[in-house]
Amino acid sequence: MPRRATEDSLATRLIVSIASIGFIVLFLLMPLITVFSQALAQGFDAALTALEEPDAWYAIKLTLFTAAIAVPLNAVFGIAASWAIAKFDFWGKGFLVTLIDLPFSVSPVISGLVYVLIFGMAGWFGPWLRDHDIKIIFALPGIVLATMFVTFPFVARELIPLMEDQGREEEEAAVSLGASGFSTFWRVTLPNIKWGLLYGVLLCNARAMGEFGAVSVVSGHIRGQTDTMPLQVEVLYNDYQFVGAFAVASVLALLALVTLTLKSFLEWRYADEIAATHRH
Amino acid sequence: MSLIVDKVTKRFDRFAALNDVSFTAPKGAFVALLGPSGSGKTTLLRILGGLEFADTGRVSYENEDWLAKPARDRRAGFVFQHYALFRHMTVEKNIAFGLEVRPRKIRPGRAEIARRVKELLSLVQLDDLGRRYPSQLSGGQRQRVALARALAIEPRMLLLDEPFGALDAKVRKDLRHWLRSLHERLGLMTIFVTHDQEEALELADLVAVMNQGRIEQIAPPQELRDKPATPFVADFLGQGGEREAAVIPLRPRGR
Repeated sequence: MPRRATEDSLATRLIVSIASIGFIVLFLLMPLITVFSQALAQGFDAALTALEEPDAWYAIKLTLFTAAIAVPLNAVFGIAASWAIAKFDFWGKGFLVTLIDLPFSVSPVISGLVYVLIFGMAGWFGPWLRDHDIKIIFALPGIVLATMFVTFPFVARELIPLMEDQGREEEEAAVSLGASGFSTFWRVTLPNIKWGLLYGVLLCNARAMGEFGAVSVVSGHIRGQTDTMPLQVEVLYNDYQFVGAFAVASVLALLALVTLTLKSFLEWRYADEIAATHRH
Repeated sequence: MSLIVDKVTKRFDRFAALNDVSFTAPKGAFVALLGPSGSGKTTLLRILGGLEFADTGRVSYENEDWLAKPARDRRAGFVFQHYALFRHMTVEKNIAFGLEVRPRKIRPGRAEIARRVKELLSLVQLDDLGRRYPSQLSGGQRQRVALARALAIEPRMLLLDEPFGALDAKVRKDLRHWLRSLHERLGLMTIFVTHDQEEALELADLVAVMNQGRIEQIAPPQELRDKPATPFVADFLGQGGEREAAVIPLRPRGR
């Protein structure tokens, strides 16, 4: 084999390879393996029994339910926001872009606290909500709201650069060919962004299921009522129920792995099409 | 006169892109808008296509108030400088687009659309490439797909923005002749933007020389050469083969 000009010596290559593989194993693979091995420390049946525990089972359902509401809504809002930002010029656009990033820059705990201050008993709307018998804080609506706030930027962040890069010409072409606004969006804009959208939705979903800080503040930790999976893991761990804690953690990790596998599969299956929407 | 542009003005912020532009063109004319970059020629074309809105002024085409019609109702076949082909659709789907988005009442049937697409593919000499994606085509092929797509809607006028700008010299010459003969066959009012005076003089029946948002002179090529109305026209046409340095962006942008 001819040597390439950019090729380094064997020693350098070995050191760099070992360093990176070692890093990946130590910081990414080991924790994942630990989660599963701890869950199965007392056998598969023990782990399964821990999951069948009503509170644990409820936490799993609550997490999936929360994600099922928050993710589709954030996908819609994310598309709307990036469509407006990438395809139109208006006053205050820069401010809007900054605002979209807010959930990323603010600590999740503060995000949760903000909702407590607005909707909690002592908050602005607290008395009104109490009088009308609407529960937001320490209840499902609060958990959904907090999750949505924290995961809002994922879809928009993914789509804005993609849409800006694609420009407005295809939409203009569609309109000049007689397409209505809806037709243009449905037939031209959406197909062009669908892979970016999918990626954003998967990331958003992973984070929505895993969110701890913000949800922890608004949920009030009511077992079997407002404890999502991450919160349940903490509760069980603090109770020294290690098998239970790691069993729930394993389910959470599995959901994340399924998400990643799905993404890789789709990227592999539609590689040509993905390349086509990114090239000119 | 078939096309009457009357005192059209357009400003972007404080910069006047078009300043009181007026001209007329007869039915089926082949018009070139010629000028250096920033002279307002693309803005004028986009206003005719309904992609940009004039601040003041009127345009009448075939006795209709042209500016009152939204872009989608004008049936103005617009060919973009960078083609703006739908990248996720095959060539066939691109060409069929204008027919498929028609309201149900006036939409041709599937078989009819397929027949028209086939016809257009052969008109632009791309018979075997219907199943390809735009990214799998050369520049000249993309240009012809863009043209076929615009022709599919049976346009009332054809608007071309720097149609040969991004092509190499050989392909440019071929396409030029082909476009001229296509125009003669279809008899369609065609307006194209160019900064290449040779291209404008060779192709068009009428050349509008533009500078700083105004039309300096509009006349047939011979008259422009013989009797330039302003020093700018004389100077711009007198440049011989010299052209404005072509700065072709790698990716198409909004305008």
